[in-house]
Amino acid sequence: MTAPAPPPTKMDVPVKRLLVTLATAGAVAGFLIVFVFGWTQPIIQAYKAEQLRLAVQEVLKAPDRFDTLYVHDGALTAELPAGVDGTTLEQVFVGYREDGERIGFAVAAGEPGFQDIVRLIFGYDRASGTVLGMKVLESKETPGLGDKIEKDSAFVLQFDGAVTPLLGVKPRDATGDLHEIDMITGATISSRVVIRIINNTIERLGPLLDAYAASYAAATVP
Amino acid sequence: MSPRETAPQADFFRGVWRENPVLIQMLGLCPALAVTNTVENSLWMGLATFFVLTGSSFIVSLIKKLIPGEVRIPTFILIIATFVTVADMSLEAIVPTVHKQLGAFVALIVVNCMILSRQEAFAAKRPLGRSLLDAFGTGLGFIVALVMMGAIREVLGNGTLMGFSLFGPNFEPWVIFILPPGGFLTLGFWLLLLNWFQKWRTERAKVRAWPEGVGAPPERKAA
Repeated sequence: MTAPAPPPTKMDVPVKRLLVTLATAGAVAGFLIVFVFGWTQPIIQAYKAEQLRLAVQEVLKAPDRFDTLYVHDGALTAELPAGVDGTTLEQVFVGYREDGERIGFAVAAGEPGFQDIVRLIFGYDRASGTVLGMKVLESKETPGLGDKIEKDSAFVLQFDGAVTPLLGVKPRDATGDLHEIDMITGATISSRVVIRIINNTIERLGPLLDAYAASYAAATVP
Repeated sequence: MSPRETAPQADFFRGVWRENPVLIQMLGLCPALAVTNTVENSLWMGLATFFVLTGSSFIVSLIKKLIPGEVRIPTFILIIATFVTVADMSLEAIVPTVHKQLGAFVALIVVNCMILSRQEAFAAKRPLGRSLLDAFGTGLGFIVALVMMGAIREVLGNGTLMGFSLFGPNFEPWVIFILPPGGFLTLGFWLLLLNWFQKWRTERAKVRAWPEGVGAPPERKAA
């Protein structure tokens, strides 16, 4: 067996070749990624849109149809002025019954939870101040404890018909008041996050919802 | 055949068991600990890594003569990163729920030392066919190891296997097994078991190889 050759003392490959190699590899990689991006992106977007549609259906208790409203210039609007991209704006969904009567609004919102941002969507009837339903869209809460905010149906179903502002209570202190939500034992932080997201979102968007409801009523009165 | 050359089937099986990347070489432990909380996640993580490994080995072995030694590491990483990006986007399009569970760990395949080590140690020096065999073997070994971890963690931590309930509603799952500590416990358990088995086999081989009629083999020394 021969001894390994000593390392070369001077650069025996011209710099130009190194540059050309890396540039070519980078360009080929770039093309490939763009190609795959073009193929997968429509599928991913369609899936996300479908998930959102199902979530809106769920929290508004199967509306006949729903419209998308955009938060633009401090007001809710269904039609955006030309040149404004709706996908970058916050969206509120408004659901209608078969007879055209408004069921309520569905709003998606997120705030930091125990591990990461918790994102949820909830249906809300502004007139009576009741939550119609709640569904967690994204969370990385602790498996087995914090993830009960999406998996424990006893917790999730409490939101149906709860009256805002919501108040988190320990199960043993519950009095049956409609504002109360029993928090999950061992997942107090995750439970509080859900309640806080709903309360904060209503506080933030409430005036906008009122303004929209007033203008809508004015527009439909003959 | 020089002593360093190996048979084609040896290139394949070496990675599956005798030099299993996770259980023997202890490479790629980050995904092996982080995303093996269910069999399904383990399987998809293993498949994604398998895809990246075989794809990179194929390309690296194909163009190894064109890459100057000075820039081989950046070029390998570039090739690996391209395959990872492709795997990441494809997983999101094909199995969005699993992609959500795996989170950042798909993108982190780029820095899986198992993959770079196979390029540097094997694909950059061997012919195409052998590199592919080696990548298939190592990738399969990685899937096997991840599924072994995932099976134990899912059964104990969730009471299910591949999503099917095993023990009925009265089983209280050991949540710790799907949390990070469970990953370490399970890996430790497998390593203990495999090392014990290896030791037992070595001892047995020693006893069998002992010539007849020269007395009993020495007893194992007490620890």
